[in-house]
Amino acid sequence: MQHQVTIEETGEQYRCGEQESLLVAMARSGRRGIPVGCRGGGCGVCKVEVTGGAFEKRVMSREHVSADDLACDRVLACRVFPRGDVSLKVLGGMHKAVCTSAGLRPGLQTKQKLNGGV
Amino acid sequence: MAMTGVLRPGHAQLRVLDLEEGVRHYRDVLGMVETGRDEQGRVYLKCWDERDHNSVILREADSAGIDFFAFKVLDEATLDQLEGDLQAYGLGTERIPAGELLETGERVRFTIPSGHQIELYAKKTQVGNGLQVLNPAPWTPASEKGIAPVRLDHCLLYGPNVAEVKKLFCEVLGFYLVERVLGPEGEGEAAIWLSCSHKVHDIAFVEHPEPGKLHHLSFLLESWEEVLRAGDILSMNKVPIDIGPTRHGITRGCTIYAWDPSGNRFETFMGGYQPYPDYEPTTWTFEGLGAGGGLDYPQRKLHETFLTVVT
Ligand code: FES
Ligand SMILES: [Fe+2]
Repeated sequence: MQHQVTIEETGEQYRCGEQESLLVAMARSGRRGIPVGCRGGGCGVCKVEVTGGAFEKRVMSREHVSADDLACDRVLACRVFPRGDVSLKVLGGMHKAVCTSAGLRPGLQTKQKLNGGV
Repeated sequence: MAMTGVLRPGHAQLRVLDLEEGVRHYRDVLGMVETGRDEQGRVYLKCWDERDHNSVILREADSAGIDFFAFKVLDEATLDQLEGDLQAYGLGTERIPAGELLETGERVRFTIPSGHQIELYAKKTQVGNGLQVLNPAPWTPASEKGIAPVRLDHCLLYGPNVAEVKKLFCEVLGFYLVERVLGPEGEGEAAIWLSCSHKVHDIAFVEHPEPGKLHHLSFLLESWEEVLRAGDILSMNKVPIDIGPTRHGITRGCTIYAWDPSGNRFETFMGGYQPYPDYEPTTWTFEGLGAGGGLDYPQRKLHETFLTVVT
């Protein structure tokens, strides 16, 4: 069964099956907005807040999702499977990505280009 | 080159979010051999051509990442010597008793300035590679299962204080610098590739604000054909791929990066070259990393996930 997912900031919408994570469905449908990383619940870049709709979730890293986060539906999109139409806000990745110039990370300018302005 | 002191990467303990899912990945898709399970529930694996009992240990935990990375040293006298050298250098060391890891002798553990736990040990039971030592055959059924890398080759770790890490590895542990990437303004070293052998890297580091992060564990294949076959096997098993198959300018390795089911990145690669300690290190500018093909030689571009996603 397919459900509608809405990214609140951009109004971007896409369909997501029940066996598919919110993140993988976004990537598959060519949409953008949630940063895509490991797709295994380990790296934390795909963090979102589910603001409406039913879902199921799989185990995800406690390093990126506290008990408090879980209680408030702040979760990793690659571990969330919709059971109804879902709306969400993007929390992960962007901040982390643009806040440091240490190491090999691309600078702010490159970043905006890479993210296509999302 | 005489091989003394630190010999090679020996084992890595990885945290996985779901143990059996992790085992299926490393044993059935990557094609490692499962060699044991301990009382704590940890699972031990080795690559088919490795002779020691284990090289990857999986521990179920509530976060992904790496607990420690270890090097095998020549013998127990070397272990004592290096432990003393580390202490004289000002580092605290801890002895982990023999048997704490299955079939593994005493380990000397210390935390390096990037926040990673590194271990040295001299003994691990040699279970062999399934081939006889006298007049052996060239391969075994285990060498044909899954991707079937021949060994755990190296790791890339992300953390702060790379300059201090380099000093420690080179001055105390006998490593040498093979390649490096300079910072965006040409200052310092943002990334370093270090060798304790004739390999293009035994361990590598990237400067990163958060300590103790894993970028990838790497597994060696013997041909480009096998790297392409690894890509097929990963895709057949719906393993998410980060980059490749492609070639790095840095180290000249031919590679695929992908993620295990807990989001730990791993690499299946072949190639590179054989450096000696007297070689002048190869330097890449920050520009060279992207436009110069340091990261991806055919595409000459930076891959954002490769630079920022770690566990
Ligand atoms: S993409 Fe890594 S945690 Fe979701
Ligand atoms: Fe590597």
